[in-house]
Amino acid sequence: MKKVLIPLVLFIGLVGFLAVGLKRDPREIPSPLINKPAPEFSLFTLAGDAKFSPADMKGKVWMFNVWATWCVACREEHPVLVAFAEKNQVPIVGLSYKEIQPQDEAYKAPFDVKLALARERSQVWLKRHGNPYVTSVMDLDGRVGIHYGVYGVPETYIIDKAGVIRYKRVGVVTPELLADKILPLIAELNKS
Amino acid sequence: MKRVVVRVALIVSASVWALGAPSWASAQAATSGVAAPMSAGREAAPMAEDPKVEARLIDISPELRCLVCQNESLASSHAELADDLRREVRVLIREGKSDQEIKDFLVARYGDFVLYRPEVKPLTWVLWFGPFLLLVLAAVFLGVYLRQRRALPAPAALSDDERARAKQLLKD
Repeated sequence: MKKVLIPLVLFIGLVGFLAVGLKRDPREIPSPLINKPAPEFSLFTLAGDAKFSPADMKGKVWMFNVWATWCVACREEHPVLVAFAEKNQVPIVGLSYKEIQPQDEAYKAPFDVKLALARERSQVWLKRHGNPYVTSVMDLDGRVGIHYGVYGVPETYIIDKAGVIRYKRVGVVTPELLADKILPLIAELNKS
Repeated sequence: MKRVVVRVALIVSASVWALGAPSWASAQAATSGVAAPMSAGREAAPMAEDPKVEARLIDISPELRCLVCQNESLASSHAELADDLRREVRVLIREGKSDQEIKDFLVARYGDFVLYRPEVKPLTWVLWFGPFLLLVLAAVFLGVYLRQRRALPAPAALSDDERARAKQLLKD
């Protein structure tokens, strides 16, 4: 009896470890930026010549959402963000990430040309799909993305009143995630 | 009974070793099965102007993991994010940053995951020392098993009759 039992228990243990390992998303890498100050930057916005920096949001809980018109998953996420924005819970700031891609002809064009093209494309896209953003900043070369540890689009951050990153989501924000995780966190952050 | 325990201990430690060996060991051997959201299968950008910067980039980037493709190093990846990260590393090299400072820059943004050789710290102790611990455990089991086996009486020698029968059986 024992002869069977011991290997069986060990085997079940091993299967247990493997099962847990299989269910975890290998692309979801824990961000070291949680509970760290959101990296500073100053970038042109989508709308005009004004620049935006995270310091402008001090005193507010806000959402920072990385997106691009070429990003297919963003199209899936977008209606969720639009519906969320209508509830006016927190301001959503967009980070237009590398709108001009290397395969685009304009990739090697001067900065101004790229910026104008990226703005035009983004505005057309937002007109068609709805605009959840209070403002969207243009990260043409992806440098701000690197400071925020972006490695796939979409990504979403929740930043608290003191400018500290409290949450990061890699991948699409779903209604379930909003209800179960993000909204309770926002409520908690708004209290303090 | 004992024999089963030892055998199982050996098998389990071997498989845990195989599964839990530091990821840099298995990751480089395995091919990437992970979808790369931003890689577009392009050619790697040509080498930049400054050969000194390139030499250091080549020196340091095999230690760094490409985040998008996960099983490629920053040196070998063609993904777009890897291009961007190489660009950042070039900037840091030109600023005269040390290898450690460059690694710290990336770890602060992407976590220990970017390093193929994670730092030795309490969180990674299991990763670094776990396999050796299992090896020691297996060796202890083996020692105990061998000692107990030696204590067993030696098997009795065969009689002439038995030898003849064994020969007969082997012939068939």
